[in-house]
Amino acid sequence: MIIDHPLLGPRDAAEFTYMGDAKLIDRPDWQSDTAAQDFYEYGYLRDNPAGWHDELWFHEAGDRSWLVVTRNTVTHEISKVALARDVARAKGRSK
Amino acid sequence: MRYSGFKVIKEALTGHKGWKPAWRDPEPQSDYDIIIIGGGGHGLATAYYLAKEYGQKRIAVLEKGWIGGGNVGRNTTIIRSNYLLDGNEPFYEFSLKLWEGLEQDFNYNAMISQRGILNLIHSDAQRDAFIRRGNAMLLNGADAEMLSTEQIKARYPFLNTQDARFPIKGGLAQHRGGTVRHDAVAWGYARGADSRGVDIIQNCEVTGFRIENGKCLGVETSRGYIGAKKIGCAVAGSSSRLMSKADMRLPMESHVLQAFVSEGLKPVLPGVVTFGAGHFYVSQSDKGGLVFGGDLDGYNSYAQRGNLPTVEDVCEGGMAIFPAFGRARLLRMWGGIMDMSMDGSPIIDRTHIDGLYFNGGWCYGGFKATPASGFCFAHLLTNDAPHPTATEYRFDRFEKGLMIDEKGMGNQPNLH
Repeated sequence: MIIDHPLLGPRDAAEFTYMGDAKLIDRPDWQSDTAAQDFYEYGYLRDNPAGWHDELWFHEAGDRSWLVVTRNTVTHEISKVALARDVARAKGRSK
Repeated sequence: MRYSGFKVIKEALTGHKGWKPAWRDPEPQSDYDIIIIGGGGHGLATAYYLAKEYGQKRIAVLEKGWIGGGNVGRNTTIIRSNYLLDGNEPFYEFSLKLWEGLEQDFNYNAMISQRGILNLIHSDAQRDAFIRRGNAMLLNGADAEMLSTEQIKARYPFLNTQDARFPIKGGLAQHRGGTVRHDAVAWGYARGADSRGVDIIQNCEVTGFRIENGKCLGVETSRGYIGAKKIGCAVAGSSSRLMSKADMRLPMESHVLQAFVSEGLKPVLPGVVTFGAGHFYVSQSDKGGLVFGGDLDGYNSYAQRGNLPTVEDVCEGGMAIFPAFGRARLLRMWGGIMDMSMDGSPIIDRTHIDGLYFNGGWCYGGFKATPASGFCFAHLLTNDAPHPTATEYRFDRFEKGLMIDEKGMGNQPNLH
């Protein structure tokens, strides 16, 4: 697989470490009344779809940036790559 | 029809005209007492033990393709019970005992060969860990023996025990471990279940569950609606896909694991050997091919094929411990989809929906578990209570902090 890094261009997927579903960006609120249940679901339950999947890839052997890669789990085709930082900021994180 | 030596000779002398198909091809009925979704090793074993050990009637196995076409035909055929933790070891030892009597039990030649498995040790810390594991195995009634470098040298003379980077300091052996003809396991269970009245329905894909007031009444399939009092799911890598139809999210990711077979060689490797410094394990099939594997590719996949960096990584592990195998050419390789759970251990439990039961999360250790998985799932389906060896394989263990994490990796499914 080739991941088209937004800053560096096409890079071999072997340079990256897979870090799971991109929904892990949405960390639950620890002060919520339902925090225990929310963190259980956040930590342990996954959608695990067959088809398009937004997922986190860490460029460990590269510039060490985190990416959100939209990839098809049935064909391994990649349709979109973004910096995880930009995705998180668009959601209002780390202002 | 029972198979026997006498029957083989009789058929040989009469032109092989008396052989019958090993199982029927029935039309689905409108309802059953118990439906098992998934005609793989675990599903067929469940149906077999439901009929044979638990006296259940009116059972169907629904399979979307053909039976034995999934992971029971896509693994590296190893059986063993060398686990450490209390939640696991009694279960896997129960499984190994079932393997030992399986061929007589279901009257089918599964070519079970207890040729032994050897885990190599390359450091003092690893020796300590393996002594601990061996003791845990002995405490649970399994066999385990620590072998010295000399004992290993006698059995595997071509191993380089003096390698500067990864010297072989010894090994943990389980002599009752071994290999099995994997397809024959599916066929043997299918034949045994069918002869006890189980309907094995192939080309019948489950497309949804009919759930009313928290109770599962039946399944929608590509061949129409089928009702059932109890429904058990045993679909391995497709667990999340299937259970999402009941609006369930599972503590699992599906990952691709590749396996490899070399061209056929003369007998060179008498048992199963695992490399302790990298992830590589190998055995030699009765046809002569070296059957080996290593790590997952590491990303979510349902593709049943992997990528080349993992091929290179696995082969590097093999070359580090068996340089001689570098002369053998790779004949074929394939990928299977593993339902990797969050702690590396399986789930055999009821769901929150009445009448719906789940068996999955086998990671890449499902094949050796096949007999006990079927036995324990049949026990659960019959009694609504877990089998004594499978009490810890619960859905709620993640919520309650009761993980069974053999490798201590935490909730990173691709590291188990």
